[in-house]
Amino acid sequence: MINKILPTLRDAVADIKDGATVMIGGFGGAGMPNELVDALREHGAKNLTIVNNNAGNGDFGLALLIKEKRVRKIICSFPRQADSHHFDAAYRSGELELELVPQGNLSERIRAAGVGVAGFYVRTTFGTPLAEGKEIREFNGVPFVLQEPIHADFALIKADKGDRWGNLVYRKAARNFGPVMAMAAKCTVATVHEIVELGALDPEAVITPGIFVKRIVQIPYVPTPGMKSKV
Amino acid sequence: MAWTKDQLAARVAQDIPTGSVVNLGIGMPTSVANHIPATHEIILHSENGILGMGPAPAPGEEDFDLINAGKQPVTLNAGASYFHSADSFGMMRAGHLDVCVLGAFQVSEKGDLANWHTGAKDAIPAVGGAMDLAIGAKKTFVMMDHVTKSGASKIVPHCSYPLTGVGCVARVYTDLAVLEVGPNGAKLVELAPGVSFEEMQGKTGVVVGR
Repeated sequence: MINKILPTLRDAVADIKDGATVMIGGFGGAGMPNELVDALREHGAKNLTIVNNNAGNGDFGLALLIKEKRVRKIICSFPRQADSHHFDAAYRSGELELELVPQGNLSERIRAAGVGVAGFYVRTTFGTPLAEGKEIREFNGVPFVLQEPIHADFALIKADKGDRWGNLVYRKAARNFGPVMAMAAKCTVATVHEIVELGALDPEAVITPGIFVKRIVQIPYVPTPGMKSKV
Repeated sequence: MAWTKDQLAARVAQDIPTGSVVNLGIGMPTSVANHIPATHEIILHSENGILGMGPAPAPGEEDFDLINAGKQPVTLNAGASYFHSADSFGMMRAGHLDVCVLGAFQVSEKGDLANWHTGAKDAIPAVGGAMDLAIGAKKTFVMMDHVTKSGASKIVPHCSYPLTGVGCVARVYTDLAVLEVGPNGAKLVELAPGVSFEEMQGKTGVVVGR
């Protein structure tokens, strides 16, 4: 019997090794798998490369992982927020490497890793500092910038409902990076608020097919807390 | 006299035809939504994976799984849909959006945009969806003050701040005027009420055609 359901968050992150690349879903607070990030922090892995749209805020989740100097590098689009003080301090001290990627390039580079695409070209960033060092190629007279996939060892994502095969549906705009990160990592761990029987999820409505998910852990539903707006 | 921020938002809204799919940037552009005529049907796109975004919820009804790009709670209109981030940015990159309205630090007369980084050494860079949006929509409008707090023109021959996109801006809406920008330079579309061409030109860092 295929059963991807694990009893605890701790079990789900137990084999994340030092130096691993870990994708963390979420846009602002929506879809941030804080429970899994806390489990990763308690587990103790360090020297991590983190991929997230942001770089932590407040004094919880990813921000604490950064505060405790467990993150070597972060790949993200928008680290600066009203309460990103732990990121700000680590970045300014020079201890934390930042790869700043426009959000569309970030999401597509993640998707490319998930679908076996070795590289692709976009117009985005042409003529800007973020294209420096990247190959430029013209198609029909228009310059495009080469983008390479972002692979990960683990993806930690938050979904709403799942079944033992790993099929997932999400909650509202908390979907954001979850589906593409699930595809891009060797091992995707999803939390869900409800585990349902096989067949209970409408096949027409499954967002992430179970093939992309290795582990599922049920957690209680807690309303996503509000965030301070972008500065 | 010049346009107030509200009047400016209403002026931008005039140039968004009914049926358009529109992305409104964070800050001043967000207020354009309040001025879409009731007779118009506009679909608002949010970079985090929403089409058909509605207004802010009533107090007590906020759900922070349903937020806009500025991370403020929003609602959905009938007909709305959710999708993942790569699809959302694919909608931009491939030109499926009709209009996007962005804020800016500087716009060049050729339509180059600088709106993500002042280039200050100690500033923490953050780009978000700015570069994707700038080059993505069929038409990119910029909505900004005509001059900086110190009085310098934000419409410039060449952007001194790091670029967000090259030649991507079609129109600039300021408190003083609406200008077209592009390969042929800046051209006047409309002056705000009570603003003379000479006054506007005197505050503009490039020669404005008329």
